[in-house]
Parts: sequence; C-alpha cells; structure tokens
Amino acid sequence: MDSISDFGAILLMQGFNGLSNFCVLLLMALGLAIIFGQMGVINMAHGEFLTIGAYTTYVLSEICQRYAPWLSDSYFVLAVVVSFFIAGAVGLVVEHLMIRKLYTRPLDTLLATWGLSLIMQQVFRSIFGAREVSAVLPAWLMGSVQPLPGVDIPINGLLVMGLCLVLTSVIFFGLYRSRWGVRVRATTQNRVMSRATGIDTAHVDRLSFALGCGLAGIAGAAFTTIGSTGPTSGTLYIVDTFLVVVFGGAQSLLGGIASSFSIAQAQATMEFFLSGSTAKVLTLSAVILILMLRPQGLFSIRARS
Amino acid sequence: MKKLYSPTALTALLLLVVFPLSLSPFRLGLVGKYLTYAFPALGLVLCWGFGGILSLGQGVFFGLGGYCMAMFLKLEASDPVSTAIQSTPGIPDFMDWNQLTALPWFWAPFKNLGFSLAAVVLLPGLLALLVGLAMFKRRVTGVYFAIITQSIAAILSILIIGQQGYTGGVNGITDLKTLLGWDIRSDSAKQILYFVNAALLLGALVLGQHLLRSKLGRLLLAVRDREDRVRFTGYDVAQLKTFVFVGAAVLSAVGGAMFTLQVGFMSPSFVGVEPSISMVVAAAVGGRTSLLGAIYGSLLVNFGKTYFSESFPELWLLLIGSLFIGVVMVFPDGLAGIDGAGLLRRLRKRAAAAAPEVAPHTDLEEGTVS
Repeated sequence: MDSISDFGAILLMQGFNGLSNFCVLLLMALGLAIIFGQMGVINMAHGEFLTIGAYTTYVLSEICQRYAPWLSDSYFVLAVVVSFFIAGAVGLVVEHLMIRKLYTRPLDTLLATWGLSLIMQQVFRSIFGAREVSAVLPAWLMGSVQPLPGVDIPINGLLVMGLCLVLTSVIFFGLYRSRWGVRVRATTQNRVMSRATGIDTAHVDRLSFALGCGLAGIAGAAFTTIGSTGPTSGTLYIVDTFLVVVFGGAQSLLGGIASSFSIAQAQATMEFFLSGSTAKVLTLSAVILILMLRPQGLFSIRARS
Repeated sequence: MKKLYSPTALTALLLLVVFPLSLSPFRLGLVGKYLTYAFPALGLVLCWGFGGILSLGQGVFFGLGGYCMAMFLKLEASDPVSTAIQSTPGIPDFMDWNQLTALPWFWAPFKNLGFSLAAVVLLPGLLALLVGLAMFKRRVTGVYFAIITQSIAAILSILIIGQQGYTGGVNGITDLKTLLGWDIRSDSAKQILYFVNAALLLGALVLGQHLLRSKLGRLLLAVRDREDRVRFTGYDVAQLKTFVFVGAAVLSAVGGAMFTLQVGFMSPSFVGVEPSISMVVAAAVGGRTSLLGAIYGSLLVNFGKTYFSESFPELWLLLIGSLFIGVVMVFPDGLAGIDGAGLLRRLRKRAAAAAPEVAPHTDLEEGTVS
C-alpha cells in the first residue's frame, strides 16, 4: 500500500518536472508557431533567441545582486519583460536585414538563419565565455509547496506555468479575436491580396517576427529556472520545438499546446524509468512514426504544400 | 581533343594527378577526407538542387555507411589474441569497458567483408526508401521533409551516444587497423585509398551528370518547378522523388565508408544535426545546381574549417555563419554561379540604376571579383 502511494507521488512529481519543461517548450513553440506556422519562415536561430532571454535574465540577476539588492526579490518579473523586449528587438533587426528579403524562398530562410545561429552562438561565447552560468533565483522562488504528503511541487515551476497560461491566452486572443490577428492571418494566407486590401504587410511581418522572437526570449527567462545557460543552450530546443510545431499541425495553436504537452510529458515520465537518452530517442521516434502515418499533424488545417 | 578541356576532365586531372603529385602524404590524406564529404554534397545537388527535396539528414546515411565499415574493421582489429587482456577477449574494447560479455547479435554478420560492404549501401538505401515512401506517397514536401529528416539525424546521434556498449558512444569506433590483413594506416595504403576514393567520386560525378542529361533528369527538374503538372501528366512523382532520395542516401553512405577507411575511425559527430547541415552548406557554397560545384564546395568549406579552427578558432563560426548568409542572400547559385563577365555586367547595370538600397551588395560583390 505504502509503495503504491510512493509510486503515485513520484509519478506526480515527475509529471510536474515534465510540466516545467513543457512550459519552456510551449513558449518556444508559440513563438515558432507564429514565425513558422503563420509566416512560413524556418527560423533555425529560434533557439538562440531563447539564449538571449536566458542571458538577459542572468545579467539582470547579477546587476540586481550588485547594485540593487532590494530588487533581488522581484527582479525575475522584470527579467521576463526585459527578455521579451531585447529578444524582440534583435528579432526586428534580423527581420529587417535578412528575413524580409527571403519571404518568397522558405527553404533559404532555413539556411540563412542557420548561419545566423552560428554567428549568435559565437557572439554569446565571446561575451559570456564558454562556461555555463546560472541566474540566482530569488529566495521565494526556491521553495516548494506540499499539496499532498510526499509530493513536493517547486514554486518556480508554478510561476513558469502561470506565465505560460497567461501568454498562451494572450496569443490566442491576439491571433483569433483581434484586428491584428486578422491582418496576420490574412497576410500569411495571401500576401498579395492582403496588400491589395490595404494591409501594410511589411509592417505585419516585422511585428509578427519580432513577437515570435520575444516569446522565445520569455522562454529563455523561464529556462533559467530549470537549467543553466551556455552559448549553445538554445540548440537543445530547436529540434524539439520544430517537431512540436509540425506535430501539432503547423497552423494550429491548440495542436501546439497538445503536442508540446505530450512530448514533454512522455519524455519526463520515461526518463524516470529509462535513461535520459533512451527516453528522448523513444519520444522523438514515436513522434516521427506518428507523423509518417499522419503527416498533417495532430490538429491540421493543411500540410500539403 | 576538345573533351580534354571540359571542366569534368580538368577536375579529374586535379584529383588524380595534380593533388597526388604536389601534396605531402599528410596533406593528401586531408584532401581525401574532404573529398568524402563531396559524396553527400553530390547527392544533395541531385535531390535538393534538381529535385527540390531538402534533406537535413544526410549525416544519417553518411554515418550509417561509415559505421557499417567501421564495425567490420573493428571486429577485425579485436581478434582474441590482441584483446587477450580484456575480461572477454575477442569483442571490441569499448564493449568490454561497458561490461558486455558477448558480441551483440547485430554485430555478428559484420565479421564478413561481403556482408559489410553490402550493408554500407543497402542499409542506408533501405532506410531512405522507407522514409521516402512514407513521406512522398503522402505528398509531404519542402519544409516538413527537411524538419523530419533533421529529427531523424538528431535521434540517430542521441541513440549512438546513449548506447555506449553497442556503439562506442560519443567516442565512436576507434583504433581501426587492418582491412583483411592490409594495414590501412600506412602511407602507401592511404595513397591507394585516396585514389580509390577519388575514382569513386569521379564515377559518381559522371553518373550524376549522365542522370541529369537523361529524361529522368528533366523530369526531376520538372518536379522541382511544377510538381502538380508532372503528376497531372501521369508520372508517379512519389516514385521519382524516392528514387533520387535513395540515390543521394547511397552516395552519402559510400562517402561515409570511405571516410572510415581513410581516417580510421567513425563517431556520432558525423551523424547528427550539425554535420548534416554542414553537408548542405558545402552543396550550397559550391552551387546547389552544380555537381562539380559540390566537389569544390566541399573542398573549400572543409579546408576553411580546418584552417580557421586551427588558426583562429573563435573566428570560424563567425566566418562560416556569414558565408552561409552571404551565399543565400547574395550568391544563391554558389561558386558555380559566379561568372566574372556576368557579374561586371550586373554591377554596371546596378551602378546605372543607382538604387541606394542595393549599394551594400555591390560592394560585397566587388570584393569577391578583385
């Protein structure tokens, strides 16, 4: 009897560990769903925007510790906002210099952004060094709550989840219930026609790309609660994120949520019983197999191009 | 006589005569290594440049070919006599370190050279056939195909690294010594292997050129540009695409096997996402629609990689990154697309138009001309 309840507690806690990972993955996938799913740009540097967010959080935590100790309790909230804007600003620049010239050549965006990701990784390495760094989390984030005896749920996980929920609903309403969303969806469906109806498509593209990058920046801030940051932290997520978006059906937000949840949970649960690498191989292989049987993804609108 | 001056003949001359005569055995070995990367690049020109199928998983096939070869060589190197100090003599050393006491079943057939050589070609070919049929029959193309092949590359490299006892893990399969008793580490063996490799590569090049000139090549181009029309004309597009994808996979695998033979080891660092993308880089730098370009692109990119990562390691990533962006944005046709006269004409046209927006581009192009 005892061992069964222990087992349940472990499963619950492992499931919760999966949830933190799910949130980072979901935030990444939300950004990529806009950039890739809606705009059709294959942004291989998406992981590096996560790294920007993570380093931003780290720098802010260092600054707060040194110059503003009174802020060190609440800096994380600030870091989320700043990460969003810094990653978004870099996204704006990248869109202006590179992406906007490649909208008609989707496969080429893949190659160019891969080059960009290599450059960004080297820039991170030059600025912050090759060693991994960790942001100092405020004390109140380090604790855990015990809803049931034997079950510890870390508070930072709860915070990340709350953040995730809020952002997902904001994006959802933005895309499907606002004028901006109508413009974005119109532009992606038919750029020429949208321009003819008076939509400033260049402006829509610019803002959408920056928003997607900004979301990756927030994912980076959330990432600092579950791992330490190195120059190549973002690359860990890039394959998973693309799979999540494709698996969920590239243009469906609901699909993205469902697929990042199932991928992160499958991995976390299996990780407990098997080694990490086996869990990852099994999860990814299962996704690939399902995609071969159902290429349009879980919740597709269209997959054949 | 006229044929002697064709670019293909000149390339053959360069690979078979100029390089072996002018380079030291060490440098020749390096060139041989770079040339093995030209196999996947050739395959990518066929399936991406002409067929329009971008595969980000060519490292999978390169690695499978290389591993099949390495397994045979490793078993030959781990005979019971030379592994007598192990707790289980006769199995590869890394298995012994990982407390394996018997050879796994899937290693056993690799004691046979014929089987191993067949596996080099058949195993990657079969995998490509399965993936190709599953994807192309359902008309999955473009971006989706690229992402799925990339994930396969990620899976295989994680699997190889994770299953240390069966695959040698992150170090790969090392300490390969002889091929049927013939020491592959000696200078003379390396020279012979270089020629075998160069001959195979030139053979693949000529075969590819022949394919492109045939009706099949024209169909392939048609599929890239207007897939629907080809389908409406009654052709089986999925079959065509699967064919070229399998072809590219087999080419890549041959390159991998030659890599193992010449360099003497195989590791997961030639399988995963990054090496697969470098293969695309080589093809893109050479020119995605030029078979010859694939060879020169691989030579250039990998020479640059060795040179810069030795001399200026911190510059290498910046350089290859900018090279990649530059190729995509300024020279979509790569090395093969640079022709001096045409460039000058374009420059003059641009100068005449004097559009301020394109000014930075002209600067860049001038730099390459001079």
